[in-house]
Amino acid sequence: MSAQSQTSRQLTFSEAIRDAIDVAMERDPKVYLMGLGVPDPIGVFGTTRGLHKKYGDNRVFDMPIAENAMTGVALGSCLVGMRPIMTHMRLEFAMTSIDQVCNQAAKWHYMFGGRSQVPMTLRMIVGRGWGQGPQHSQSLHAWFAHIPGLKVVMPSTPYDAKGLLIASIEDNSPVVFIEHRWLYNIHGPVPEGHYTVPLSQPRVVREGRDITIVALSYATLDAIKAARTLEADGIDSEVIDLRTLCPRDNTMILESVRKTGRLIVVDQGSMTGGFAGDIVSVVVENVFDALKTPPVRIALPDAPTPTTRSLSNYFYPQPASIVAAARRALGRPYDADPFVGIDPSDKTLDVPDKSFTGPF
Amino acid sequence: MNKISTQLRTAEHSLDADTRRALFRSMLKVRLIEERIQALYPEGDMRCPTHLSLGQEAAASGVCLALQPQDYVISAHRSHAHYIARGGSIRSMFAELYGKSDGCASGKGGSMHLIDLSVNFLGCVPIVGSTMPIGVGAAFGAMMQNQKGFISVVFFGDGAAETGVFHESINFAAARRLPVLFICENNLYSVNTPLEPRQPMNRTIADLTRGHGIEASQHDGQEVETVYSAARDVIERVRSGSGPALLEFMTYRWAEHCGPLPDVHLGYRSQEEFDSWLARCPILLHRRVLQAAKLLDEASETRMRAELDREVDDAVDFARNSPFPDRSQLLQGVYA
Repeated sequence: MSAQSQTSRQLTFSEAIRDAIDVAMERDPKVYLMGLGVPDPIGVFGTTRGLHKKYGDNRVFDMPIAENAMTGVALGSCLVGMRPIMTHMRLEFAMTSIDQVCNQAAKWHYMFGGRSQVPMTLRMIVGRGWGQGPQHSQSLHAWFAHIPGLKVVMPSTPYDAKGLLIASIEDNSPVVFIEHRWLYNIHGPVPEGHYTVPLSQPRVVREGRDITIVALSYATLDAIKAARTLEADGIDSEVIDLRTLCPRDNTMILESVRKTGRLIVVDQGSMTGGFAGDIVSVVVENVFDALKTPPVRIALPDAPTPTTRSLSNYFYPQPASIVAAARRALGRPYDADPFVGIDPSDKTLDVPDKSFTGPF
Repeated sequence: MNKISTQLRTAEHSLDADTRRALFRSMLKVRLIEERIQALYPEGDMRCPTHLSLGQEAAASGVCLALQPQDYVISAHRSHAHYIARGGSIRSMFAELYGKSDGCASGKGGSMHLIDLSVNFLGCVPIVGSTMPIGVGAAFGAMMQNQKGFISVVFFGDGAAETGVFHESINFAAARRLPVLFICENNLYSVNTPLEPRQPMNRTIADLTRGHGIEASQHDGQEVETVYSAARDVIERVRSGSGPALLEFMTYRWAEHCGPLPDVHLGYRSQEEFDSWLARCPILLHRRVLQAAKLLDEASETRMRAELDREVDDAVDFARNSPFPDRSQLLQGVYA
């Protein structure tokens, strides 16, 4: 974090992604970037803007609408020494490449006895709001985390986005790097040049002694907002941002729960078979005796994402959901239904919260 | 049976004597190794699904002998012949089948995951169609690094031509004019299912491929000199930058889909059909050709067999004496 505190340069999350790719490409001629829309003027929500001009057709290029084969092509290029970055504008499009990702890339190094490696970074963008609906919004990190051999990374700050993405590109294993679109416009300090954030360490965003709130990606913002509300109520919460889902060092999470005795996990994926359950399991198995109250999962209901805001306003947990769970765990009065009072036609819940864009 | 072009192309044979004998030796090596596996597999020590190349020796040998050392090769589930004909280590292959630490994949892959990077054999996997884009990607990655004068060969079967990734891979290879040679060994069956319910009977896989605007042709896959000559001609064009191409070789599998046993009694293919292909055994056909040309006699074949048998004996001994991977290897190599 020293580099972070020393810099005054502020970038948005999307600019930090772009910066990371630029730094990695400049340092290593084997790194290349492909994906639908990568070279176009919009540049995948700005995350690839200008890179085509700087690096040319041979290193930044568009591809056929053939995600499965193109992931295989990326893998094949790894076998002769290249380091591809593949970009999917929506995670759902990457689902047509599951064979190449899960059967091939994830296992290649292990199943060939370590004789070759697949240093491939798969950027997958997840979204929310404005009616993204059933097929433009899914955060399926739990799927990928379930496949041994893949690393799964989900940053929430511009600083981490850059450091984790450079680390992912430089890593010799396939990395699924999941970016939440609602984070693209938040800003924070991002140093110039090269730095990495290790792929295994969660981060304590906020120290506290009463309750541990573990979150990932955009859910971390909700957790921070909830922590501020709770602070006003005299509840001191500790917020941990997972950053890397796997491989993951759980020490920090277990230490935190040993201290607070209470756990809430906030996930942006669905509940059943989800990642929140994984974190709860690790805590229950390891520090059961430290728990003063049952752990709580806050995740999406087990339903496809509805398109209309009158339903999606109830689909996504709110900071109020976290506040209610924390108050309950601490024996305070709480809202049994944190959605009470929400206006189903409210347009502000359908777009990123402009009242909070950083810095962290 | 699906359409076979009325005139399977028979290339002009103008091969030198050494090449013609080498083709025979390569096929015989595949045959002897596969027969040894057939003999040993029932002992139950080679514990991995194993798809034998018996009957299909010609396509692998004809293509691989037309390659150069800098070329890349990748294959699918029925890969032994490709690995052997490309010159992969036989010791490492047997050790891999026995699950030993000296195996080509340290015992973690088995028959379906052979690899030998010393001969640019990039690997093989049993998910049908899966290696097609990977072979294309090897060519693409090598091109990006300005490698010259190489080609990438992808071996697959008729079933792979039914997958979406077949078209995705050829489309991209064609769009980028990559030096990729797709080799389809059409053995008429996917597991125990004949072509008829799977593909239209009025076109060949080569016909289908030409829709992508690349050179594609169907040939007899039992005559090894036909295979070699067809491959050599196409390889020259692919190597010189004319873009990817596909060769479809009609051939036939002798053993069951997976495992060492005969399976004609199951009834999914007729004895008559089986016998007609057995009569066109690629080794038998080529022996006749070589004998007529006075390039092979009984004594020289006997010597060749003895040499190859010793090599196989040595590989089997090596594999049996190799240690199993240590328990510490279980979680090694999950990440690179």
